Amino acid sequence: MSNNVIEMDHITKRFGSFTAVDDVSFHLRQGEIHALLGENGAGKTTLVNVLFGLYAHEEGTIKIKGEPATLNNPNDANDYGIGMVHQHFMLVQNFTVLESIILGDEPTKAGIINKSKALEKVLEISERYKLAIEPDAEIRNITVGQQQRVEILKMLFRENEILIFDEPTAVLTPQEIDELMSIMRNLADEGKSIIFITHKLNEIQKVADRVTILRKGKHIVTLDVADTTAEEMSELMVGRAVDFDVDKAEIARGDVVFSCENITVKREHSTKNAVHDVSLEVHSGEIVSVAGVDGNGQSELVYALTGITPPDEGRIFLNGRDISKSSIRERTESGMAHIPEDRQRFGMILDLSLANNLVLQTYYLPRFQKRGFMRFDSIRGYADELIGRFDIRSSEGANSMGRALSGGNQQKAIVARELDRDADIIIAVQPVRGLDVGAIEYIHGQLLEQRNQGKGVLLISFELDEVMNLSDRILVMYEGEIVADLDPDQTDERELGLYMAGKKKEVGHV
Amino acid sequence: MSDSGKNKDHEFKNKPLVDAGRQAVPEEELSLSHQARTKGFYSFFASLMAIITGLLVGVIILLIANPSRAGRGLLTILKGGMTGSPTQFGQAIATAIPIIMTGLSVAFAYKSGLFNIGASGQFMVGGVCAVFVAIKGTMIPASVLWLVCMLAAIVGGAVWGSVPGILKAYFKVNEVITSIMMNYIGMYLVKIIIEQTIYDSRYARAQNVPVRAEIPTLGLDTAFPGTNLNISLVLCFIFCLIIFIISSRTVFGYELTAVGLNPDASRYAGINSNRTVITAMIIAGALSGIGGFMMYLGGTGVYMETNEIVALQGFNGIPVALLAMNHPIGVFLSGLFIGQITIGGENLQLHGYSKEIIDMIIAVIIYCAAFSLIFKQMLSRIVSGIKKNRKRAGGRRQGPGRNVRADESEVSS
Repeated sequence: MSNNVIEMDHITKRFGSFTAVDDVSFHLRQGEIHALLGENGAGKTTLVNVLFGLYAHEEGTIKIKGEPATLNNPNDANDYGIGMVHQHFMLVQNFTVLESIILGDEPTKAGIINKSKALEKVLEISERYKLAIEPDAEIRNITVGQQQRVEILKMLFRENEILIFDEPTAVLTPQEIDELMSIMRNLADEGKSIIFITHKLNEIQKVADRVTILRKGKHIVTLDVADTTAEEMSELMVGRAVDFDVDKAEIARGDVVFSCENITVKREHSTKNAVHDVSLEVHSGEIVSVAGVDGNGQSELVYALTGITPPDEGRIFLNGRDISKSSIRERTESGMAHIPEDRQRFGMILDLSLANNLVLQTYYLPRFQKRGFMRFDSIRGYADELIGRFDIRSSEGANSMGRALSGGNQQKAIVARELDRDADIIIAVQPVRGLDVGAIEYIHGQLLEQRNQGKGVLLISFELDEVMNLSDRILVMYEGEIVADLDPDQTDERELGLYMAGKKKEVGHV
Repeated sequence: MSDSGKNKDHEFKNKPLVDAGRQAVPEEELSLSHQARTKGFYSFFASLMAIITGLLVGVIILLIANPSRAGRGLLTILKGGMTGSPTQFGQAIATAIPIIMTGLSVAFAYKSGLFNIGASGQFMVGGVCAVFVAIKGTMIPASVLWLVCMLAAIVGGAVWGSVPGILKAYFKVNEVITSIMMNYIGMYLVKIIIEQTIYDSRYARAQNVPVRAEIPTLGLDTAFPGTNLNISLVLCFIFCLIIFIISSRTVFGYELTAVGLNPDASRYAGINSNRTVITAMIIAGALSGIGGFMMYLGGTGVYMETNEIVALQGFNGIPVALLAMNHPIGVFLSGLFIGQITIGGENLQLHGYSKEIIDMIIAVIIYCAAFSLIFKQMLSRIVSGIKKNRKRAGGRRQGPGRNVRADESEVSS
């Protein structure tokens, strides 16, 4: 086909003995939006990184505009007109929008940056592609959505013809996602060719022309989006039929098990608090979600509640007892479980065995020690029991190093450890982040099970689907404050999105 | 891949494992944990490679200095204290003992993630406490005097070690800086204590340690005549063993390891990392202190001097620990080895090499000990490279130039 701008044929990329991308062919046509769909670990990012010159492939050929191409680093990719918007933006916080766009490719006059010429060009591009920006605003003062536009403008400024978007919607509110979709459409209509990496089916249906589905590093199929359905795509992606809806039994909610009052966490070098005057209650038999875009104080709130970084103000109650001043161990012992956001930083010690990780909070109990000596046999027995019950898979069972477990199984291990302690409140932060569909189903099932047993669950999540599916009550956090307390049956993603973006605010809630 | 960009490195390490939940266990997973199991094997050979590299560089220096005698020189170094002379054998052991203890101190502190560069200070303070009790403790019965001296050394070393520990735990002050400074404070304190209380002005050093306070020999000196051996080496081994058991078998060892490997996760789990860090430093200080006790009460004719030099035995503990990859039993062996080559190096003088050349060679060998970690990484890379090649040779061959039909798997259009 002559209108292919990129032809990647039979690409194979190995890491050690593992084949991340196995004989995958991927063609991008001029002016199309081509989605790359797959679960985590399916090889999407690896494939694109090969194209972008970040990884060297072992086998296969790459042709760009019909010419065989060798890409050894991102500069080569840039020379071929390939640009990439990374999931985490690469912007200097105290640069202006204009400075950020021209950074690295500044038009100069006698060695001095020609700002007026740069501005002219940036404004022209921004008008042509309908990407409204304020050139003089500083990056730190603009929203995430606007920052993403800056990243897109950066690519356009460099006159890139092939644009790669790596999971661009992960950090956006629903409204911002809509805007991004129309921007992408405009770009394609203007003749740019776009690779869109995602695992969200509705976005593909909204914007993509074709979709290539990868599973376990293999090319499964390339389809016209118009000819397929979300169900078909998800089945092809996962390799089996998936039930997206969660069965949620009706259950009477009980007394308040966990609450906090007026929690405030100050931010260093800033007058604005990271968490401002947050109060919330979790009843037994209830999943309360804290929704919001990442970075609106959720992490700080969790640190405050769990004692990792005590709050500057406010009180915390567990089963009616004031635990504001309690140590982390006292909180754990009085019935708090915490599934942390960053499982490799907090949740696990990667260089300890799975068995030792499973007793991270309980190793000192008489069950696991005798006169100061560890009872490795009983730790082993306990670990084997949990491994069986929670289906934690690894090559060497309890003896496997934490590092040797897959992300999903690390998370399962953490969930197993936290839920098995029979805590009254479970604080779960992004519990399914980065996991495949099977693991997500499983962990959501476990959280619901806890709720049905009359525990309280506080779920902090950036994923609206998760929030809508699991919650009995939804709190929305925006800029460190709880701005809404909603019933999932009487709200929708649109309304949540408005709260999450700070465009709507309830007064006198909770 | 929602973690992408955050940590590319771990991202692709994780990648092979993501499907483990639904598939047969991928091979990568096996080999990763296989590595964990063979860690001891790698460590041992890495240390050996470090030693060999050091010796090779040493030979180069010998060749430059005096080519005709280089071969004999190398033999001399390798022989170390094993020249047949009991005195030399005894000297090699005596050199090894203090650096085994300071090496153990460094290795133990490292277990909790701390770099104890203050072993010298702890060593000197421990030493002066022991010597002071030995000289002034005339009322203590001779049968237990050496034990009391050891206790004094333990207390002195522990106090000196605890200061950086406390500062680290409660004020987040970097332990490297504080423990270096404690070395100097310790050195001058030792000088003052000696000069004010147990000074021998004729030789400008501390008084002789009375024979009744010396570490018992239990007949070792007569069993190996001329060696001046006492039970210190046996004690060293016992301490190494105790430390090994503490770190690998006890609740405290678990906490120590957890804090050392991942302070954030330890905090999350409610482990009192402040207490752990302080206790680790107290024990590390005590071990160095015992080293001082063993050195000055060993009856080997070493006296505490007041010459404003920070004791080298503390610093030399660092390469001992490095060479041993912080394994307590390994510390015992690497300490003995460095004791050996130190004596061997000194014997080089017999072949006409000057003292400076000898010091350089010893330094080079110790220097290379620091590379043992790099050798370890190299080893594991080589081994995994071999595995990979083996796998690829067995797998399907497909050259990059293979002529392929376009879009053979494409469904659309």
